[in-house]
Amino acid sequence: MLNRTVENVARATPEPLARKVRGISDKGLAWLFISPTILLLLAINIFPLFWAIYLSFTNYRANRPNEVVKNLGFANYQRILGDQDIWIAMQTTAHFVFWTILLQTLIGFTLAWLIDRKFRGHAFWTTLILVPMMLSPAVVGNFWRFLYEPQIGLFSYVISFVSGIPPTSIQMLSNVSLAPWSIIIVDTWMWTPYVMLICLAGLRSIPEYIYEAAEVDRASNWRQFWSITLPMALPFIMLAVLFRGIENFKMFDMVNLLTGGGPGSTTEVASITLKRQAFESWRTGYSSAFAIILFVAVFGLANIYVKALNKVKQR
Amino acid sequence: MSLTTAHSVVAPSANSKRVAGAIIIAYALISIVPLLWIFATSFKTPPDSIAYPPKIVFQPSIEGYCNLFTTRTRQTPEYINSLGPATGFCDETVRKRNMVIAGPSNFLPRFLNSLIIAFGSTFCAVFLGTLSAYGFSRFKVPLADDLLFFILSTRFMPPIAVAIPIYLMYRELGLSDTALGMILLYTAVNVSLAVWLLKGFIDEIPREYEEAAMIDGYTRLQAFWRTVLPQATTGIAATAIFCLIFAWNEYAFAALLTSGTAQTAPPFIPTIIGEGGQDWPAVAAGTTIFLVPILVFTILLRKQLLRGITFGAVRK
Repeated sequence: MLNRTVENVARATPEPLARKVRGISDKGLAWLFISPTILLLLAINIFPLFWAIYLSFTNYRANRPNEVVKNLGFANYQRILGDQDIWIAMQTTAHFVFWTILLQTLIGFTLAWLIDRKFRGHAFWTTLILVPMMLSPAVVGNFWRFLYEPQIGLFSYVISFVSGIPPTSIQMLSNVSLAPWSIIIVDTWMWTPYVMLICLAGLRSIPEYIYEAAEVDRASNWRQFWSITLPMALPFIMLAVLFRGIENFKMFDMVNLLTGGGPGSTTEVASITLKRQAFESWRTGYSSAFAIILFVAVFGLANIYVKALNKVKQR
Repeated sequence: MSLTTAHSVVAPSANSKRVAGAIIIAYALISIVPLLWIFATSFKTPPDSIAYPPKIVFQPSIEGYCNLFTTRTRQTPEYINSLGPATGFCDETVRKRNMVIAGPSNFLPRFLNSLIIAFGSTFCAVFLGTLSAYGFSRFKVPLADDLLFFILSTRFMPPIAVAIPIYLMYRELGLSDTALGMILLYTAVNVSLAVWLLKGFIDEIPREYEEAAMIDGYTRLQAFWRTVLPQATTGIAATAIFCLIFAWNEYAFAALLTSGTAQTAPPFIPTIIGEGGQDWPAVAAGTTIFLVPILVFTILLRKQLLRGITFGAVRK
């Protein structure tokens, strides 16, 4: 009797559903699809992160793998927070991040605002402006060393031509006060298009009727800019600042190739310090602790910033 | 004018357009100069490349490309004269500087490494990313937002910080300086981008397509394969190009974790030196060859660029 019922139900079940049941369930499929990615990230990102956390409490040195590893507790962290050089590196990083973001936002927003006039041929010139940001910061950054060469470098030549300063005295990379700016210039050249592109999306998201209404109210252009354009593009500007901020906080390749942290340690940003400690002095435990501190700092700042960003978006 | 043509009251005036255009064109031209200079330098002879004032007009030469692909040794003129006739243009150029070609340089193997690692990791990242993105887009995954944030957060790590434990782990596993190790690492970095971008693209494909396919008797897997994937090709292609560009351009991991057999082009190009310092025409030649694929991709991608660089946060 019961068997008959089951058979009847099975016969009544539409064909697709029956097939679906025979196949993998949706839940199983979801996990089948997602788990490889999670496993890879666990193996390549999370496991090493925990290893680094463990190492940060030890005096381990990667160039002496057979030495007895001692547990130091929080000694590495204490030393880092009390280390003058680390604080100088953090200041150098902050200086770099501040100026690159300020310049890139100002120039990038201005360019986007001009492109938004939609002059003839704007699409072509926009694409041309975007080219530098797609290129390898390392390979292009390396070539800037050539442009910065005193005398024979194109950059130094143009600057001396315009300013009248003798070309041999424009030592962009070896002068203590110019070296940080040489990196800021290359970074700004490379990444202004990035900020520009995001700002352009912001400007284009502002509906035209708002401007029409403002025009009816006889609001001046100046007024329109400050009370419509800027506030409405602000979430986009902030998004660009967030991405550039994180990227520049981690900055390594360009600095490593342009100055290598020099002259002395005037351009030694956090990543360069980390590399010197970890791969030149081989203080693996100490540098792991510094890496963890940096990670927490980026993560914390980014979180605070995202919250602010969401608040602006809701307005 | 305004009587005959109806136009928006807020459209920028012709004059402001002209000024805007002029400024933008000036900026574009100035910002492109360093790239033109790389291209020009690659066709200069070494003496021309370091001339003062910098030469804008010069006799083009492919010496930089010859030097890029070969290693050379200095010889006495007598020895060079005792050799047979030069076998090719590069041979001839090199002999004029009292040198002979000793063999191929490392550029080609490094360039091939870049190709293998970039394409290998892109394939893996896009494959894994497409599956995960579909999973996150269509199914109720517990803690989906947390998992997605976890996937993204791996991007916040400074590469040097990641490189320290990876260096130790790869040393234990024998993956140091291997293409496989680099492919795994770049896949892990790129998969976050791939998941986020592709989830956006797949979210845009209406669910009705799969549902219709499933009513027609397809299983979920078949529906994914036959309806979702074909619809997502543009998104998958764009994502693949972004992953490819990242892996192609990456320097920090490559510089720290590879030194020989698996070294890619970015850490290699800065080490090209000639006699008495950097051989700038050869560096420029290597840079030009290295950059051309990216230029092509940038033009192909220009419509998707915004999405790619913001992890899908901004769509047009």
